[in-house]
Amino acid sequence: MALITYGIRFLPLGLFTKKITSPFIKSFLYYIPYAVLGAMTFPSILYSTGNVYFSLGGTLVAIFLAYFEKSLLTVAISAVMTILVLGILF
Amino acid sequence: MNANSICKRDKDKDASIDRTFIVDLKDGFKKGMPIMLGYIPVSFTFGLMAVQGGIPVWIALVISMTNLTSAGQFAGVNLIISGGSLFELCVSMFVINIRYMLMSLSLSQKIMPLSLVKRAAIAFGITDEIFAVASLEKRQITFPYMMGLIGGPYWGWALGTLLGGLTTSILPPILQESMGIALYAMFIALIIPAAKYSKAAFMVILIAVGISSLFTYTPILKEVSTGWVVILSAVVASALGALLFPRKDEET
Repeated sequence: MALITYGIRFLPLGLFTKKITSPFIKSFLYYIPYAVLGAMTFPSILYSTGNVYFSLGGTLVAIFLAYFEKSLLTVAISAVMTILVLGILF
Repeated sequence: MNANSICKRDKDKDASIDRTFIVDLKDGFKKGMPIMLGYIPVSFTFGLMAVQGGIPVWIALVISMTNLTSAGQFAGVNLIISGGSLFELCVSMFVINIRYMLMSLSLSQKIMPLSLVKRAAIAFGITDEIFAVASLEKRQITFPYMMGLIGGPYWGWALGTLLGGLTTSILPPILQESMGIALYAMFIALIIPAAKYSKAAFMVILIAVGISSLFTYTPILKEVSTGWVVILSAVVASALGALLFPRKDEET
């Protein structure tokens, strides 16, 4: 597991030393992390806890806080607390 | 007399190189602190989940210390717990982590020419968040900077895993259920700010989410494994983004 994870990270850094100039490729590479994170998060986040509706609530809270650029920790903890609270209320 | 003055000049040169090393190291470490704090709940969740699934605490720790990837570790450990084949594990890990190849490529542009060994060291620490911070750095990236940047998060990740693994028995089931969202919440914390400031990033994210959802809910398409769905969605979304919203050339 570790070998593959590492191997993938090492390959380009190890081999590519020149600058890439194509604007298309540069833009593409720039967007990749956002696209990947987006694809990984939705819709999986809805199924991350036992209840879809709770997860939806947690998601909305996370998006709200993230919009105001709260820290990673704040967003994560708040989302978890939201699920907890929803679980207690319903 | 002459020999002495030459020696002094060399010493000064060495001193200034050391100072830059330390300055960069500290700078990287400072920038890595939020990441380190953010990693603790996520790795805690990982430790928790792994041990709950039957993996010994120390193995979960080793996994965290050798992989340093949230999505990859969660997916990998899930497979291990559910008894997937080694082949499935390899393919899944490859597919989920392939985005690192792109990140690595992207980052290779920003790093000043370094020895293979140093580049190998930096490569180990390329995670989404570390990549994001390093990419946003306006100047060229140096080795000490990267070591500082990676260092904090690395140990935070390891520590969190350890704590999570040890805590399993103590936490009530409700809390354990709620932690499931922690990782995704972190992802959201990463992408929403970008979407806020860049209409292009927002569109790309939207497209990626759209394609990913399409695959999840369409009868035949839903059979495609998550890893491939993520790659497909990301590549298509990013390509469209690059076509429709090319970025002006900045010193990124």
